[in-house]
Amino acid sequence: MNDDQAPVLICKDLSISYYTRAGEIPAVVDFSLTVLPGETIGIVGESGCGKSTVAMAIMQYMGANGGIKSGSITFKDRDLNQMSESELRRIRGSEIAMIYQEPFASLNPSLKISTQLMEVPLAHEKISTEEARQRALQMLSDVKLPDPERIMDSYPHQLSGGQQQRVVIAMGLLSNPSLLLLDEPTTALDVTVEAGIVKLVADISKKFGTSQIYISHNLGLILETCDRVFVMYSGEVVEEGTIDSLFTWPRHPYTHGLFACIPLPTADKNAAPLKPIRGQLPLPFERPQGCYYHPRCDHFKPGLCDQEHISMAHVEGSAADHRVRCLRYNEIDHHLQTPDGEVKKALELGEQVLEVDHMKKYYEVRDTSLRALISGKRVRYVKANEELNFSAREGETVAIVGESGCGKSTFAKVLMGLEKGTDGEVRHRDKDLSDIAVRDRSAKQIGSLQMVFQNPFDTLNPSHSIGGQISRVIKKFGVEKDKKKIFDRVMTLLDTVKLPRDFYFRKPRQLSGGQKQRIGIARAFAGNPSMVIADEPVSALDVSVAAAVTELLMDIQREQKTTLLFISHDLSVVRYLSDRIVVMYLGHILERGTTEQIFTPPYSPYTEALLSAVPIADPEVTKREIVLEGNLPSAMNPPKGCPFCTRCHRRIGDICDNEPPPEQVVVDRHVIKCHIPLEELKKVEPVIHVPDESERLHARH
Amino acid sequence: MSTTATTTQMPSAGYGAALWRALKSFGLLRESWVGMVGAFLVLFWVMVAILAPLIATFDPNSSIQPFAKPGMVAAKGGTFWLGTDHIGRDILSRIVWGSRTVLIYAPLATISAYTVGILMGLLAGYRRGWVDDVLSRLADIILSFPVLVLYIIIIATIGASGINIIIAITFASSPGIMRIVRGLVLDLRNRDYVAAAQTRGESDWKVMLVEILPNARGPLIVDACLRLGYVIITIGVLGFLGLGLPPPDPDWGGMVNETRQMAMAFPHMTLFPCIAISSLILGFNLLADGLREISLRD
Repeated sequence: MNDDQAPVLICKDLSISYYTRAGEIPAVVDFSLTVLPGETIGIVGESGCGKSTVAMAIMQYMGANGGIKSGSITFKDRDLNQMSESELRRIRGSEIAMIYQEPFASLNPSLKISTQLMEVPLAHEKISTEEARQRALQMLSDVKLPDPERIMDSYPHQLSGGQQQRVVIAMGLLSNPSLLLLDEPTTALDVTVEAGIVKLVADISKKFGTSQIYISHNLGLILETCDRVFVMYSGEVVEEGTIDSLFTWPRHPYTHGLFACIPLPTADKNAAPLKPIRGQLPLPFERPQGCYYHPRCDHFKPGLCDQEHISMAHVEGSAADHRVRCLRYNEIDHHLQTPDGEVKKALELGEQVLEVDHMKKYYEVRDTSLRALISGKRVRYVKANEELNFSAREGETVAIVGESGCGKSTFAKVLMGLEKGTDGEVRHRDKDLSDIAVRDRSAKQIGSLQMVFQNPFDTLNPSHSIGGQISRVIKKFGVEKDKKKIFDRVMTLLDTVKLPRDFYFRKPRQLSGGQKQRIGIARAFAGNPSMVIADEPVSALDVSVAAAVTELLMDIQREQKTTLLFISHDLSVVRYLSDRIVVMYLGHILERGTTEQIFTPPYSPYTEALLSAVPIADPEVTKREIVLEGNLPSAMNPPKGCPFCTRCHRRIGDICDNEPPPEQVVVDRHVIKCHIPLEELKKVEPVIHVPDESERLHARH
Repeated sequence: MSTTATTTQMPSAGYGAALWRALKSFGLLRESWVGMVGAFLVLFWVMVAILAPLIATFDPNSSIQPFAKPGMVAAKGGTFWLGTDHIGRDILSRIVWGSRTVLIYAPLATISAYTVGILMGLLAGYRRGWVDDVLSRLADIILSFPVLVLYIIIIATIGASGINIIIAITFASSPGIMRIVRGLVLDLRNRDYVAAAQTRGESDWKVMLVEILPNARGPLIVDACLRLGYVIITIGVLGFLGLGLPPPDPDWGGMVNETRQMAMAFPHMTLFPCIAISSLILGFNLLADGLREISLRD
């Protein structure tokens, strides 16, 4: 069986360029990779580092303006670069399959799942329709989809995102490929759904012996799925190694920088804040001489790092295949560097600023169908928010956590006055705002409640200059009246968000994503708000940029004693920056308490599942595995009893289905909504175990 | 506040900068030869209209010498470069002066149609609900009439004059513009920057005109160029039907109409006004193509 160990794919000294009107843009340089049978390779890096280009090159699907400049791609002893289009067509989809980011874009919305699945074996092999159907059914149950017959008979829009992605993976596996390329397969999915897909992906190689290349920006996901990992920066691999070796002893300063940007369980916003990498990713045609990373590196040595192009070198004294592209990796003692990050002072909490009291928000949906007319049920309600209760104090960071559709954005809309609450009160500084539309609020009220939006590419109006957009806010809220003073205030704000002053004249399209988000923050703070709602402000940004923006947001908060309402689905970010957490599911608050209380038992079962779903980029942190079955129920038709009863792994019986759960107070302000008695919830083991510093591998060395 | 205090000056008057930007975007047109040809044709006619008194050799309305062939020398001196018509008016002079009519009324009518169409589209797309229902059904009703019938009815009711041509064109083409604007607004109103403007309490009109409209300009500019071409055709057709500007003012469509019975015997009388109309329309269409090409590239 020696043949089996022959590599499936060998990329050797690969250089890939795009050709545009501006000239040649080298996207990937000097890339080498060997994939063994059954092995899962992770490629990690920030956007623009060339990781997707590598996948496209392996598929030989570069588009009109891309091309492989030099090097070879050998797939099972055949050179892919030399193949004709018809030979490639036979290989694509049958021997190399690819899975893309967005499942709903990969499936044809007008064909049934059965047609799309059966097409794969029918196109590549000579088999009967019946046989193809059997194969498809078998594969659907292999990717753990419940009721494959029903799935076969449905159209893509009738399935949820997670189910769609499982179908896409099934489609990729149907022809039993030797190599599966996964390009950020879970980015578009919710955390609990993501956890299921990740588990499935991790099982594929065991079950089918398929080699995989897993592309992701998330180090935590790579850790959970891969055997070996390649870290890419600006078009080249800077470090490669086995998961254990690279995650425990990262050698390259960039890899180190990446780890310092992720809110690991050991990070703390005051004692051990994140350390963003300074500077920006260089554009492909502006890459510096020598090491591409040297302008951003803390260990840069003039005359050494900025001379010749650096090649990959084997790390001395490590496992066979840990390699790094750094001349000084042996001299740098990362361990000395890490702990001395600046220590920031915790903010003292002031008086209560926000109080949400039994707030409800129902949307009316008028059903005009004939059936509704006959049955008399003309109006139905989408219960977006049900009985919300929580409070926030001055200078406090309160996080609202939940998956998409849990009603967290609806709450933000009511608070901002874009929607009116159905019942209950939302008191801001003792004034009920829930039924005052934004237009009827005073300039002072509006100015004291501002928002940072999610999508950096959407948050600024592309038609107006940066300066104009910030000045408008200042004028509108009447902070300053005089033209000169408004201008000065904009300059101060640009300084506060650490952007150059001449950005005043720029248009949004001249800014990067992180810069736009900084302007969004400057705009929110222009009216001296007492409370800022941040709706997933960093989820669309790259790791290092997100760290910088997160730190910025918290620095301004510290300075201005602002209350921050942080809406997010990412528990690791939330753990890092918030003082209190509100866990929402299907419009209900299932648990609320301080960050400490949320992350230690007793948990609500949903919190427990969420915690287990968060990928953590630390191989020594152990987690208890809880994978939720099923999908989020529709808010139009929620379960009668506990909202979580359909997916709960700790369901105790009919009471869960039929009666709404009571609020159980653990201690003051820590409340769990569940039928299970508190005593039992307290006995639950912690989900995440973080080893002490002394227990750690690298400490023992 | 900052350690790297740069000296950024307050912006001076914005008009110079705006003019410079407009010139620069015109410079971009150089990259599309289709657009350049279009721009050249349009500019040619604009220059002709501006310089009409210098180019025209005769009075466009006085009858001098009927049925003159192109190139004939007039008795009192001067050449009929494009000949004369059946009552002896110089065709070149009439085309040159007629370009003024077209280039004044076509843009005016287009601007007027766009003003109405944009306002309706913004309201329908942004307010939604019953406003949208009423405006959209109104547009459907107007669009369900054959355009020509609509023009004839309107002009016949309110009489033929320059202003009434503008009114008729506005009435007939604003529903189409409204639909385009409405579609663009439906997409743009969900952007975060619109939400940001709403959360700082901007009025609806401010949101529509300042936040939404500028971002819809790309497709609208291209459509405006195309529509200018249609409006020129329309003005020509109205003139041809006798519903255009009242005689004797020179009008390209009217010139074709008056001489069409003699077109077989004296083709120059109808041919030259027709060439004038089509070259101007072609100019606007090519310009629109060029603009679209550039806007797609950016």
